[in-house]
Amino acid sequence: MGIFIGKRTRVIVQGITGSQGSFHTRLMLDYGTQIVAGTSPMKGGAEVHGIPVYDTVEEAVEKHEANASIIFVPAPFAGDAAFEAIEAGLKTVVIITEHIPVKDAIQVMARAKQAKVTVIGPNTPGIIAPNECKLGIMPAHVFKRGVVGVASRSGTLTYEIATGLSVSGLGQSTCIGLGGDPIVGLSFVDVLREFERDRQTRAVALIGEIGGNLEELAAEYLAKEGYTKPVAAFIAGRTAPSGKRMGHAGAIIMGRTGTAASKIEAFKKAGVDVAEKPGDVARLLAERLKKKSISTRCKSEK
Amino acid sequence: MKLYEHESKTIFKKYEIPTPRGELTTSSPQVKEITEKLGVPVAIKAQILVSGRGKAGGILFANSPEEAKSAAGKLLGMEIKGVKVKEVLVEEKIVAKKKELYFGITTDRAKCCYVAIASSEGGIDIEEVAATTPERIIKVFIDPMYGFRSYHAYQIAGKLGYGGGQMRDLATIFFKLYNVAMDYDAELIEINPLIETVEGKFVAADSRLLIDDNSLYRHPEYQKRLISEGETDLSAQELEAQKTGLAYVKLDGNIGIIGNGAGLVMATLDAVQFYGGKPANFLDVGGGASADMMASALNIVLSDPKVEVVFINILGGITRCDEVAKGILEAKKRIGFTKPIVIRLVGTNEEEGRRILTEAGIHFLDSMEEAAMKAVEVAKSGG
Repeated sequence: MGIFIGKRTRVIVQGITGSQGSFHTRLMLDYGTQIVAGTSPMKGGAEVHGIPVYDTVEEAVEKHEANASIIFVPAPFAGDAAFEAIEAGLKTVVIITEHIPVKDAIQVMARAKQAKVTVIGPNTPGIIAPNECKLGIMPAHVFKRGVVGVASRSGTLTYEIATGLSVSGLGQSTCIGLGGDPIVGLSFVDVLREFERDRQTRAVALIGEIGGNLEELAAEYLAKEGYTKPVAAFIAGRTAPSGKRMGHAGAIIMGRTGTAASKIEAFKKAGVDVAEKPGDVARLLAERLKKKSISTRCKSEK
Repeated sequence: MKLYEHESKTIFKKYEIPTPRGELTTSSPQVKEITEKLGVPVAIKAQILVSGRGKAGGILFANSPEEAKSAAGKLLGMEIKGVKVKEVLVEEKIVAKKKELYFGITTDRAKCCYVAIASSEGGIDIEEVAATTPERIIKVFIDPMYGFRSYHAYQIAGKLGYGGGQMRDLATIFFKLYNVAMDYDAELIEINPLIETVEGKFVAADSRLLIDDNSLYRHPEYQKRLISEGETDLSAQELEAQKTGLAYVKLDGNIGIIGNGAGLVMATLDAVQFYGGKPANFLDVGGGASADMMASALNIVLSDPKVEVVFINILGGITRCDEVAKGILEAKKRIGFTKPIVIRLVGTNEEEGRRILTEAGIHFLDSMEEAAMKAVEVAKSGG
C-alpha cells in the first residue's frame, strides 16, 4: 500500500472525454488503476474505454463509491472541478491541469484543508505506487516497486531520478509530484510525515528546485523531528540567475529567497545527503541504507 | 504580466487611491506644456518594464518647464538596459514628504494564501530592510475563505504608528489596494514609496502591478499585448521563443541547452556547469513536444551567435523520442547544423528515435552526465 493511494483506490476521472483525459485513462487502466467512472458536464451517459461517464461528480460517487479523483479539466474550469470533487466527499484529488490562476488555487487549497482532503498538484505529473496504482501521466516503465519514497517539484527530472532508483534495485514505494506551481496542495513536510509512517518506505528522496521555501521548511522539520529514515535530496537550478523564471511558475529566484545555495545548506545542516547530480541520488541512499543495515528488499505484492 | 507604471496608476485612480497628478506623453515639447499645467518641480519617468529603473537613470527631475523639456528629450529615445524609452510619465514631484512607507500584497507559498506586507521604511532599499531588519516588516496573512477585512487594514495602519484620521486614510488605501489585487488577479501589487506628506496626506508615488499570466483570460484588455522587440530587455531569441510558446531564458555562456521539462533542463544547466562549462540558455520544449517544436527550438538556439555547441537532453515520458529525432532531422534539413550537437535521448520510443538518428549519421549518448561532459569538451576545443 502506497501513501495516499493503493490497490483499493477507486478513481473518478474528471474531464474524461477530453483528449488528455481519455488518453491517460487508457494508460492508467492498462497499469491496473481502478477507474470506476468519469465526468464531463453534458456528456452524461457516454462511455470512454468502457468507463461510464456522468455529468457530475456527485452522481458518479453515488453510483460507484469512489474515493479519489484525477482532474484533466482545462485551467479556467479546473478550480471548480476541484471544489466539486471535495464537496462530493472524495479524499484524494490529483490536479494534472497546468496554468490554473493562483487565486483559484489558493481557494481550492483552503477548501481542501477545511474538508481534510489531500490535493496533489496542480501542474503535477501525479502520484504512483508502483504495481498498485497510478494516478497520473508519468511513463510507467521508469518505475519499479521498492523502498524509496520520492517527492518532487518537477516531472521529467523525477523520471530521471526514478530511473536511477529502479536500475539500482532500490525502486520506489510511492512517487509524488508536488506540482510546478507556486501554490500546490502538498508540501515536502506533509509527504515526509506520511513516509515516516509508511512501512514500505525505508528511505526518502526529495527533488527540489529554486524558488519558494518548501525545501528549507522540510530541512527544518527533519532537523527538529529526528527523522528515522535516510533522506537524500537533489536541487535543480544551482546555476540559475535570479529574477528569471525557469519554466515552472514556481522556479524563480526573487531577491534573496529561493536560491539553490540556501536550500542545499539547509538540507546539509539537517543531515540530508545532497546529490550534486541526479544520478547520485540512488548511490547516496544505497550507501546510507547499507551503513545503517536497513534491508532494501521489498515484499512483492501482485 | 508586468503592467507599465502609468497603466497601474490608471487602475489606482479608478479605485480612488491617491496618486500624484501627472500625464503620459511621447513628445518632449508636450512635456513642457504638461509641466506648465502641473507646476514645478516635476518628475519625468521613463515608462519601461525593466527593474532598477531609477538607479539606471530612468527618472529625472526638473525645476522649470524648459528643464523638463530637455530632460524628456534626454529620456525619450534613450536606451536603458537595452530597452528604448518611447513614453514618459510627467508627474508633480512631492517635495514636502515626511515619510516613505511601503505597502504590498503577494502570495505566500508555504501558507497557500495572500499576504499583506507593510513597512514604515519604504523606498528603494525595502529589500535591504526586509533582509537586515525583518522586525520592521509587518505581515498579515489573509485567510482565503474570509478575505482582507477592515480591521486588518486598521491593524496595519496602527502598527505603522498612525491613529485618528490618518489611520482611516491609510486603512482605506490598503483596503482598496486589496480590492485591486483581487479584481486584477495580482501576483504582486505594491506601492513603494507610499508617501506621507508634511500635511499628513498619503500619496502612491510609485506602483507595481504584476498580473498572474494564467489569469489573463479573465482580463481581456491586457491579453493581446504582444511584447515586441525594443520594448523589453528580451533578446531576439527570447522573443522568438515567446512566439512559438517555448520556455527560453538567455544566459551568457556558449553551450546551448535544449531539454524537456523545466526541472530536467535546470539540472542539465547545473551538470554542464559542474563539468566546467557555461550554458548559453535555458530552453524547455515542454511535455509531448512535436517534431515541429523541436525544430523551432534548435533553430532558436543555433541562431544565438555565442553558442558553440548544442546539448540536447531528452528523457521521453510523454515526449516521444521518435518525434524528437524527427524534429532534429527537420531542423537539419531547414537550417543545417552550423554547430556541433551533442544528443542524449532515452525513454518512450527510444529505439525508433535512435534508429532515425543513426540512419542520418547523428551520434547520441545514453547518460546525462556523459553527454554533459562531452558538450563541455566540445565547447572547450572551440566548437
